[in-house]
Amino acid sequence: MSGKISILIVDDEASVRDSLYQWFTEDGFDVDCAENATQALQILDSKYFDIILADIKMPGMDGLEMHRRIRSLNTDSIVIIMTAFASVTTAVQALKDGAYDYITKPFDPDDLSHLIRNATNQISLKSENEALKNKIVSLDNVENIIGVSEPMMNVLKEVERVALSSSPIIITGESGTGKELIAKAIHSNSHRKFNPLVSVHCGALSESLLESELFGHDKGAFTGAMYNRKGRFEMADGGTIFLDEIPTVSPKMQIELLRVLESKTFMRVGGNKEITSDFRVICATNKDLKKMVEDGTFREDLYYRLNVVNITIPPLRERIEDIPLLVDHFIEKYCTSMSRNNVSIDPAALKRLKHYDFPGNVRELENMIERAIVIGNGKEIRLKDLPFEKDIINNSIESLAELEKKYILKVLTKNDWNISRTAKIIKVDRVTLYNKIKKYNLKSPK
Amino acid sequence: MSVPGILLISYGNFEKEFLNKIATGVKQEFLLPVSTEERHIDLSEFYDPMRRQYDANRILFEIDTITSPPHIKKIGLFSVDLFIPILTYIFGQATLKGSTGIATFHRLRNEHYGMKKDEQLLLDRFGKVIIHELGHTFGLVHCHIPDCVMRSSTYVEDIDQKSHNLCINCRSKIQTS
Repeated sequence: MSGKISILIVDDEASVRDSLYQWFTEDGFDVDCAENATQALQILDSKYFDIILADIKMPGMDGLEMHRRIRSLNTDSIVIIMTAFASVTTAVQALKDGAYDYITKPFDPDDLSHLIRNATNQISLKSENEALKNKIVSLDNVENIIGVSEPMMNVLKEVERVALSSSPIIITGESGTGKELIAKAIHSNSHRKFNPLVSVHCGALSESLLESELFGHDKGAFTGAMYNRKGRFEMADGGTIFLDEIPTVSPKMQIELLRVLESKTFMRVGGNKEITSDFRVICATNKDLKKMVEDGTFREDLYYRLNVVNITIPPLRERIEDIPLLVDHFIEKYCTSMSRNNVSIDPAALKRLKHYDFPGNVRELENMIERAIVIGNGKEIRLKDLPFEKDIINNSIESLAELEKKYILKVLTKNDWNISRTAKIIKVDRVTLYNKIKKYNLKSPK
Repeated sequence: MSVPGILLISYGNFEKEFLNKIATGVKQEFLLPVSTEERHIDLSEFYDPMRRQYDANRILFEIDTITSPPHIKKIGLFSVDLFIPILTYIFGQATLKGSTGIATFHRLRNEHYGMKKDEQLLLDRFGKVIIHELGHTFGLVHCHIPDCVMRSSTYVEDIDQKSHNLCINCRSKIQTS
């Protein structure tokens, strides 16, 4: 489908028209308004609209009558009826006459968003012909995936090949290779792209917290659960759920996950109503799941349910030719965010980077470049700005751990031990940072 | 001569440090000077007793009349529950390609949903809403890139899913506009 989706708002109240006009314009729709049914029909004479959002009660011709006339125009516009009166009779009549749905004023923002998303999906599906479906699409929104090497091109081809299906995917790769970026690229190039991509970092949550996060909870489910809360599976309805660090999920939760993946239905914690959600699942792991199945630490049936498509991201040391591009990308990113002129990189420093094996992969390279820009001379990244010579020249596991400890301590100190800010700068989540502080026995001076 | 920038106008009982943190985040995102000031407004004029909420459209109109050179954009920060006639509530509102926005943290607080108070999470959420609304004043519409701060969020947990940052596309749109 090309171009913006068009919406015609028909309501006699100016405040309603203005609010909806702004809401849909901000959402990128092409919006027109009419203050009564007659004016709407005149507009429809000369212009096609994908969606017509019409008030049921208007002076003169009402919304139901207008809807009947729209149908007689033989248009396939989707008509949604708005009503200030939660009248089942009029709503049912509108649906019988072929309206797509109805919504009661004032709307909950989420209900309105959901309704329009569903309508938009229907329009998108309608406008796609078989030829388009079979055509090899070019990938959108992959600007953050940097690389021209053959291994990365193969990954992107795989992303392109699987994006349009709804099959589960396992993304395998060492820490810092960009598994979440690949998940985002798959989502952004799928039919689900207008619906949410919901990420869950399984490793950061205990079993009970993960259960509540994934399935949500009803009021009174446990102490402190004062309100109903949506879970991540529910939030991902129509979209994609990304389960990071899937091997950390407990055996009990593995059974729960398998059940949900098979039925796409679940109940909130403490709830008794079955909820259905249409989501695609993408998992990420830095461990060999097959080996975990052989060792008995990961369920075989869950593994086969998830492993319909497997995308393996190569470590950075296997795509050395991407390092200069990545360096340029991170220089631009950090110089922009620090409001500095772009710096260059000394050939000796670049050569050293190309000969390093990057156990922390792209994330490690990114941290190195950010650090080099912070401590550098503002013109060029020199070999001495990189943490090789002083910190990791011995290349031992101990020295790498020591480097990480020193780096974390330095960033913590610089940020007055603000955990969130530090976690953001070093690109880990807060739980991981707390774990590292504990691991290295770092202590705040205060 | 002063450099044109962004003005954050506090109409709620916000701590100075809280505002400064928000200002730092906004500055990093738009690369413009950001200043803060406190103002007072009689909110009772905008209160709708039927809905027990405050009319965001009218407040936005009121703030839009404030002249604040050399600022090119301004956003009013509130702690009360805001609505627009068609929606049950909003987190913020702005004039597309205009100069004014408003944002409230009323429904961003964990306590509103019966959960434990979390100041850092509140700061994160409020920062995102403010950057999002300012993005509209720069002419940005909603973006479907999951991480982008301009992605539409219709409930509070949805805000947590996105970052504080504009995606490359949105950033380049601001730079070219």
